[in-house]
Amino acid sequence: MADFTQTVPIDQVGIEERVARLNKRSIKKESKVQALKLALSMVDLTTLAGMDTPGKVRQLCQKAKEPYAGLPELPQVAAVCVYPNMVNVARKALRGTNINIASVATSFPSGMSTLESKLEETRRVVEDGADEVDMVISRGEFLKGNYEYVYDEIASVKEACGEAHLKVILETGELQTYENVRKASDLAMEAGADFIKTSTGKVKPAATQPVTLVMLEAIRDYFYETGRMVGMKPAGGIRKAKQAIQYLVLVRETLGTDWLTPDYFRFGASSLANDLLMQIVKQKTGVYQSADYFSND
Amino acid sequence: MADDQQTAEPVEEKPFKPSSPSSKLNFDGFWEYNDAPQSTDSIEIKDQYDLFIGGEFVAPEKDRYFDSVNPTTEEPLTSFAEATQQDVDKAVKAARKAFTKSWSTLEAKERGKYIFRLARLIQERAREFAILESMDGGKPIRESRDVDVPLAAAHFFYYAGWADKLDYAFPGKKAEPLGVAGQIIPWNFPLLMLAWKIAPALATGNTVVLKPAETTSLTALKFAELCRDAGLPEGVVNIVTGAGQTGSAIVNHDGVDKIAFTGSTEVGKIIKKSLAGTDKRYTLELGGKGPNIIFEDAPVDQAVEGIINAIFFNQGHVCCAGSRLFVQEGIADKVVQKLRDRMETLIVGDPLDKNTDIGAINSEQQYNKINEYLELGVSEGADMYQASCELPEKGYFCRPTLFTNVGQSNRIVQEEIFGPVLTIQTFRTAQEGIDKANNTPYGLAGGVWTDKGSKIFNVSGKIRNGVVWANTYNQFDPTSPFGGYKESGEGREGGLQGLYPYVKLK
Repeated sequence: MADFTQTVPIDQVGIEERVARLNKRSIKKESKVQALKLALSMVDLTTLAGMDTPGKVRQLCQKAKEPYAGLPELPQVAAVCVYPNMVNVARKALRGTNINIASVATSFPSGMSTLESKLEETRRVVEDGADEVDMVISRGEFLKGNYEYVYDEIASVKEACGEAHLKVILETGELQTYENVRKASDLAMEAGADFIKTSTGKVKPAATQPVTLVMLEAIRDYFYETGRMVGMKPAGGIRKAKQAIQYLVLVRETLGTDWLTPDYFRFGASSLANDLLMQIVKQKTGVYQSADYFSND
Repeated sequence: MADDQQTAEPVEEKPFKPSSPSSKLNFDGFWEYNDAPQSTDSIEIKDQYDLFIGGEFVAPEKDRYFDSVNPTTEEPLTSFAEATQQDVDKAVKAARKAFTKSWSTLEAKERGKYIFRLARLIQERAREFAILESMDGGKPIRESRDVDVPLAAAHFFYYAGWADKLDYAFPGKKAEPLGVAGQIIPWNFPLLMLAWKIAPALATGNTVVLKPAETTSLTALKFAELCRDAGLPEGVVNIVTGAGQTGSAIVNHDGVDKIAFTGSTEVGKIIKKSLAGTDKRYTLELGGKGPNIIFEDAPVDQAVEGIINAIFFNQGHVCCAGSRLFVQEGIADKVVQKLRDRMETLIVGDPLDKNTDIGAINSEQQYNKINEYLELGVSEGADMYQASCELPEKGYFCRPTLFTNVGQSNRIVQEEIFGPVLTIQTFRTAQEGIDKANNTPYGLAGGVWTDKGSKIFNVSGKIRNGVVWANTYNQFDPTSPFGGYKESGEGREGGLQGLYPYVKLK
């Protein structure tokens, strides 16, 4: 295990300048259409509310299968992301498709629970059919400097996941500094994360581009050292197609084209899909359709 | 990094792509960006441009014109008048007349108003200026749009503010203008260098005869149109176009009180010689070979980005470019690997494409010079690495280039290349880095990269450069003085210090 008491310095001004520079890329014509479809294929269509019902989840799964009836050749989204007690519902609704089921676990969103119950929850959702587990780290322990605890926790959850993919949510909005984001990313990857993810969506700020860039650079360094490709998932606050394209530019120019696939990059978002659809239709027809033409699931 | 090693090992064989053979980033093929060309529909370029003397455009006495080539197409873009001795004479007389009759006697706040007006007019026509700058000089539209033109306007705004506050700039003294300023500017930042020269001169009550570089005179002549539109009293700003001889005529003209020159050290030395024994004041802003020193404790990814911008900004045609990189040994392999990957994402091509990072080399002459240095570097035994990008078939384009396995004694380390070419050396101790950074006749600008504040102050204070940036590079602001040590020049431009060269204090 690497020494996580050491800090990898991150220059805040430099990170933000780099993002501003990347945002100047002008993505037009075919490259825009390609980006929109790619982004759609990377969406983890998400519903994580206390008032979620089986009916709500079933309808969301329906949308995942057929996002827009007017354009049947559109890509499907990558996964549907739900609370643990909805995994069963989603599994039935998505049977026969290759859309993954992602479940949050480990006492999402706070993570304030015992390790035993987190592991139990993880095993349960995997048993119920989750292909991907989105866990949260113990931010309190992390901020306290108890890195070993966080590392061990991630490693045990990873073990409990078995074949399921593990996404580790850092909740960057609570980590305060870019250096902490970097440290938590390194820790998660070392402990076996398949993906690192910015946020639960329950804390503001959720995903931001500078935070995402810090995490992508951590993934890059880890890849240089180990050759293992770790995925990235910004989540929360990404609502517009334009933002999504900006994120893709970040990925392309930091990690290269091998990461431009749902296997290694995801958007955790609920309303993004509709804006992507609206833009795709606009690119095809030349005019914007009313928002009422797109399903509100 | 083989710089300090006894046996020079070819860089290609060193494991910059470490341990796992698969850990190579892939940047090609998938999701290429489409062209995003800046429209030029609204741009008007005349076939031929005259001189701007005494508030009007006049044909040159000898009626000679020369072509200006668009370096992207290698086709002539327009032609400029060649100003001879007589034309310069006319311009200096017009400037003298304007100085005595109107400008020096004008109330200071009125002078300020004119300069504010020029600043606003540049802003109003910002996009037009940016496009012209990119067409005439080859720099990417992203830079001319986001750096050159906004900074030029900012410079006029800043010095406009000083015009009626000179008593506060020089407390207890009376600042008087010198008279006629002869100004000669280079081709790398045509409009911005014009602003650096004209704004402080006008603010202090001087009048101007300015010669833009022969390959990039277009925006200066468009600026002349602004002077006319702004109702600037005739003769306050005069623009004469031409090559070295025109410049020499300005430098040696008896009616000129001050020379401000930005350009090569070679020409700077000639100017200084010819000014010896005259009472002309002068400022010279000359070449550079900027050191960028990166320590082990630096934020490496941001440092790499800074190094990239330091050397590849404006195709490396920057006098303060960070063209020599000094990396502390422990992170040398990592930095080189990251630089190489970053270089793969640089887009080289049409300057008018909004996604272009590196545009065209300004002229055929400069293109040949850079290529000679590339050959020289290889023949000196250095290891050359170039980005694998495709270059347009036409036009003067150069791949971003790194040289490793070089030493202080190599010419590519000693001489200013003025192109997208970076040399990389290692160092062990801070003192070694500082010594090597200072071991050059130049002293314009440099950078220090470390997360440690005390080290920034310690090292930057020992680097003999006019400007030292810490954890950043190529930051410009009109309030900040800029200028060189040693053979990089004399005098400062920008800021309060930029007023000194244009005033007599009583």
